[in-house]
Amino acid sequence: MKLHRRDVVKELLRDRKDLLVVAGLGSTAWDITAAGDSPLSFPMWGAMGQAAMMGLGLALAQPARRVLVLTGDGEMLMGLGALATIGVQQPANLTVVVIDNERYGETGMQRTHTAWGIDLAAIAAGSKFKHAITATADVAPVRELVYRAAGPNLAAVKVIDEKLSLVLPPHDGVLLKARFRRALLGPKAEPEASTDVLPKER
Amino acid sequence: MQPDWSTEVHRELAAAGVRVVGYVPDAGHKRLIELCQADGNMRTVPLTTEEEGIGLAAGAWLGGEKTVLLMQSSGVGNLVNVLGMVKVCRFPLLLIVTMRGEQGEFNPWQVPMGQSTARVLETIGVAVRQAGESQTVAPHVHTALRLAFEANGAEAVLIAQRVIGIKSFQEQANQ
Repeated sequence: MKLHRRDVVKELLRDRKDLLVVAGLGSTAWDITAAGDSPLSFPMWGAMGQAAMMGLGLALAQPARRVLVLTGDGEMLMGLGALATIGVQQPANLTVVVIDNERYGETGMQRTHTAWGIDLAAIAAGSKFKHAITATADVAPVRELVYRAAGPNLAAVKVIDEKLSLVLPPHDGVLLKARFRRALLGPKAEPEASTDVLPKER
Repeated sequence: MQPDWSTEVHRELAAAGVRVVGYVPDAGHKRLIELCQADGNMRTVPLTTEEEGIGLAAGAWLGGEKTVLLMQSSGVGNLVNVLGMVKVCRFPLLLIVTMRGEQGEFNPWQVPMGQSTARVLETIGVAVRQAGESQTVAPHVHTALRLAFEANGAEAVLIAQRVIGIKSFQEQANQ
C-alpha cells in the first residue's frame, strides 16, 4: 500500500465541476475539506453507515448529475446492506469510493474487517454494481468511474494507515443542508407553503 | 363506499408530490406498497433495514425530492442512532408505521418493541400521531406531510394493529 488518502481525495475532486459529493463521518469528511470545502459537499458528522444511502437518495433525486460518495472502510462496513439496496436501484450516476486504510481512524486505529481480507469490491460486484474495483497504486481508473463510467460503481482504494491533522468542515447540520440545497436547487430550495388550512385533528 | 386507508394515504402522498418511497415490507403495508409501485411518479426502494431509509430520505431531500418511509413498529428500533442526523440537520421526515404487539398480536416477541415504539420516537425527537381507526389515518398523514415538508418536521404516523387486523400466521399465509 503506497497511496496517501489526502492525495487520492484531492485527485478525485480536481476539476469536479458539477459533481455532488457526500462524505462519510470521520477521516473522509476531513479529507474532502482538506481538498477544498464546497457547498455541494455534504460531510457527515454522524449517522455512521448511511453515507452510501445518502448518495443513493441524491442520485435518484438528481439523475442528470454525477454523485460521489467518499467514505471509509469502517463506515461502509456498518451499512453493507446499502450495497444490495443500490444494486436493486441501479443508479447510473452513483459512484462509491471507499478510502480503505483497514483501520478505525478516529478511535485508536483498530483493525477493521478489511484488514482480515474482507473484500468490499467483491461484495459490490455480488450486489450487481456495474464496476467494482480495488485500487492500490493508480487513481486514474477510479477517476474514470467517478466522472465517466455508467454506474453504480464502487472503488476500494487501499491507502496507508496514517494519522493526519484534522481539517474540519462546518459542523452545523442545518447550515450544511441549507447551503447544499441552495447551491443545487436555487430558489426552489425553500419549501413552499400550502394555502389551505390544516385539517382538524380527529 | 369509504375507500380503504391505503388508497387514501396514497392519494395524500401523490398530492404532496412524494417521489421516493422507501420500505421494509409489513403485511399491513401490502396494499399501500402496491399502490406506490403502480404509481409512475413514485420510485419505490426496498431497504434491507429501516436505517437505510433515513439516509435515502436525507439524500433525496438534498437533491430536492420528498421521501416517505413505510415500516412496521419493530423497524423503529433499528432507527435510533441515525435519527440523530434528522434532528441535528432538521431534515424533513415522515414515517408511516404499522403497529405490532398490540390488540390481536399472536407473536409475543413483537410486544416489547411495539409497546416502546411511540416512546422511542418521542425520546429522539420525532412527533408521533396515533391513528386508532382507519378513517383517521389519511388525515394524520396529511398533517404530517405538511409539517415535515413545509416546516422541516420529523413526524411519525402509527397505525394501530386493530386497523390492520392481521391476527395469525394462517391468515397472513392466506393473504
